[in-house]
Amino acid sequence: MLYREAGQFKTSYAADQQLFPIRQDRIGLVLLLAVAFFGIPLFASEYWFSAILIPFLIFALAALGLNILTGYAGQLSLGTAAFMAVGAYAAYNFQLRVEGMPILVSFICAGLTAAGVGILFGLPSLRIKGFYLAVATLAAQFFIVWCLTKFPWLSNNSSSGVISAHNINILGYAFDTPRDKYLLVLAIVALMALAAKNMVRSSTGRAWMAVRDMDVAASVIGIRLMHTKLLAFAVSSFYCGVAGALYAYCYLGSVEPDGFSLDMSFRILFMVIVGGVGSILGSFLGAGFILLLPIFLDITLPFVADLFGLPFSSATVSHIQIMVFGALIMFFLIVEPHGLARLWQIAKEKLRLWPFPH
Amino acid sequence: MSKKIGDVILDLQNISLRFGGVKALTDISFNVREHEIRAIIGPNGAGKSSMLNVINGVYHPQEGKIFWHGNERKKMEPHMAAQQNIARTFQNIALFKGMSVLDNIMTGRITKMKANFIEHALWFGRAKKEELEHRKKVEEVIDFLEIQHIRKTPVGRLPYGLQKRVELGRALAAEPSMLLLDEPMAGMNVEEKQDMCRFILDVNDQFGTTIVLIEHDMGVVMDISDRVVVLDYGKKIGDGVPDEVKNNEDVIKAYLGAGH
Amino acid sequence: MEFFFEVLIGGLLSGVMYALVALGFVLIYKASGVFNFAQGAMVYLAALSVVGIMEWGAPLWLAVILAFAVMTAFGIGTEKFVLRKLVNQPPIALFMATIGLTFFIEGLAPMIFGSDPRALDIGIVDEPIPYILENWNMVISKFDLVAAGVASVLVATLALFFQYTRIGRALRAVADDHQAALSIGIPLQHIWAIVWGVAGFVALVAGMMWGARNGVQFALTFTALKALPVLILGGFTSVPGAIVGGLIIGASEKLAEIYIPPVMQDLFGGNFGGIEGWFPYVLALLFLLVRPEGLFGEKHIDRV
Repeated sequence: MLYREAGQFKTSYAADQQLFPIRQDRIGLVLLLAVAFFGIPLFASEYWFSAILIPFLIFALAALGLNILTGYAGQLSLGTAAFMAVGAYAAYNFQLRVEGMPILVSFICAGLTAAGVGILFGLPSLRIKGFYLAVATLAAQFFIVWCLTKFPWLSNNSSSGVISAHNINILGYAFDTPRDKYLLVLAIVALMALAAKNMVRSSTGRAWMAVRDMDVAASVIGIRLMHTKLLAFAVSSFYCGVAGALYAYCYLGSVEPDGFSLDMSFRILFMVIVGGVGSILGSFLGAGFILLLPIFLDITLPFVADLFGLPFSSATVSHIQIMVFGALIMFFLIVEPHGLARLWQIAKEKLRLWPFPH
Repeated sequence: MSKKIGDVILDLQNISLRFGGVKALTDISFNVREHEIRAIIGPNGAGKSSMLNVINGVYHPQEGKIFWHGNERKKMEPHMAAQQNIARTFQNIALFKGMSVLDNIMTGRITKMKANFIEHALWFGRAKKEELEHRKKVEEVIDFLEIQHIRKTPVGRLPYGLQKRVELGRALAAEPSMLLLDEPMAGMNVEEKQDMCRFILDVNDQFGTTIVLIEHDMGVVMDISDRVVVLDYGKKIGDGVPDEVKNNEDVIKAYLGAGH
Repeated sequence: MEFFFEVLIGGLLSGVMYALVALGFVLIYKASGVFNFAQGAMVYLAALSVVGIMEWGAPLWLAVILAFAVMTAFGIGTEKFVLRKLVNQPPIALFMATIGLTFFIEGLAPMIFGSDPRALDIGIVDEPIPYILENWNMVISKFDLVAAGVASVLVATLALFFQYTRIGRALRAVADDHQAALSIGIPLQHIWAIVWGVAGFVALVAGMMWGARNGVQFALTFTALKALPVLILGGFTSVPGAIVGGLIIGASEKLAEIYIPPVMQDLFGGNFGGIEGWFPYVLALLFLLVRPEGLFGEKHIDRV
């Protein structure tokens, strides 16, 4: 009963095409944003900001980027972390080498640099599809990380390519506490998520999905395949690039190229699969799930072991974590290929009738 | 019928198409006049679909010339056909399975939408205005095809007959001057066929759209088309108004076998 | 010049090792259309099973047999509990499932058999062949040569198996068209179980070779990453493609590692070693742009 659109008549196409056509969704979103911007900063501890909330938002942004490319445009990429690395190092170099460049402009430039690199590595998508393309994106993964390690200029001659983020100062205000950084990241991620939602509900998004679902038919309709695919690579890499810059500046503070590993790319892919392929909301749900799962297992596994009197080493815990990750991916692909986002949708449909099921 | 058939708008001359060593089309010439319904018929494997694919640039013939409104077409890519107002449907439904009926038909208008992705992302400038304007056009198509009730259903969940109709809707949304239909009635029951015939005739009549269609149901072809071209083994064996074709010796042979 | 040939031959021999892993991919892809990213993890599991079982006190021959049993059981389990449930899903979903499988194995295998790196002794030493060293002054490893021999025998056997046995024919039929194969009475699930068994066997051979050469450790899973460019080059469906692709990748990678970094050093300064991580990929990618279907793959025409 609570979640019911009965009585909400749409009398214009504008009303029918707005971002969230159902009133309850709009209320819910406003509440959520209010809590995120005003509620959480009041109560959360430093640990929550720097160990959970900030990485959650940053990985959600990266997952969103990958989801645009893989979920909407149908081009599988295994090199997400590398594009994040490009963003991190680009932001660093813009800050370092351009006198007085505002940090936010550096982030945008970092995104644009990543977009450029993304287009470059997206070029093969014009001739190859599916697994071949997935393997091709591995080239990006290895090549980019190697470049960042080997060209000393990129990391300002630091040993093994480690860079340390500059202080963040916007219009005279220093963002140095975890809470400040959280708010900054939250604002950026919220805006970019909104932009993504706008893109996928307009003809840009429809062109991506058309290419994903049936490329020959898409081209016959007049969609330029090259333009559409490269745009998806560019936009996706832009998102990943900004995520990478935030990862360096607002989360870790100092990063090295090897940190942006293939393993990280896989984890972001898992976020997309678990959260929901082709869903903006899913990127957030997936990121939350994949980040919280290890923490959850860390806490519960020793407890379970104690209960049965089994000797559990920390190595075993990490092995079980990896196993659970793998098993979960297979589970979701088999049972709910549209991920948590779809489960959420089913729950909403149930809520329309609840508590009167008929 | 008050419609007026105009001049030749598409002229194919001596088209030959090969895939490796396999000859799909051999030295085929025919033309299409403005506002007419032109049928292409022939047994399975005669090269009918290949013919449509040549017309809208999916396949590139090795020999022959194509004239579109009197100008020779040189290099041709599929998306260019759409820009020249040629739309088509496919033999095996080629809808975008992950999208709703509305979104599928909206993609039909994609060449007419000018806003770029930045305008979309920021939802400013032309983006919103365009979405609404084109939505209105699309709703007209939806009304015309009588599919209002399934507007927001993902196409994957629709029955076959409706999917075919949605695909026609996607092609119509482009407001094409020429519409290529590849077996629009295959696999339909009598009632669905009647509906589809009605839509095709209405499109031709109301919007003056030129239609080139492939169809196996001879009753339908003879009823609705103005002229018919017959292919067999990639060669043209007949061309003319339905009655002429019906009595053509070669055509009867191809369809019924040499014994008759 | 001798040095060039030494590098070239060393590269070709290690290329054979790549081909060995690539073969496992090709087998499963041919028969079931699944691009099995977990092949590298299977190599790890196989090698780890051998050393793990030997640690429990079994002799080498018994450990190998038991490891083969483990691999077969594992393959059949994968087919039954994962892939069979994903029939009719797009190939990319199956591919992602095998990435999940990779993680699963990478957690499971060390949990059972332990994660410390261990040596595997199969009785061949990794030392230069004296005859070649004396006469041509080139260092060619005895071990690499034996590995190449083993790989050649394996490939020949598989080729014969595919071409001349009843199961081989059925396998090729399944690869062409699942539905059609099913309709003429080929027991699909049977065939898939066999394929996964064979792929497990290939993983076992590869695991023992790689394990004996570099030690049995987690890095064995990265052999899959070596095999992927080989597949792109050779085409996913071609056994000879895997071999030739392996040789090309192996040789060019080693030559590039020797000859490219000094050039870059002259240009930019600094140290540019370690290009073998990406060089095969870029090579394969450039090749793809010229010939998207790979060396031996068939050209694909889109029908609409």
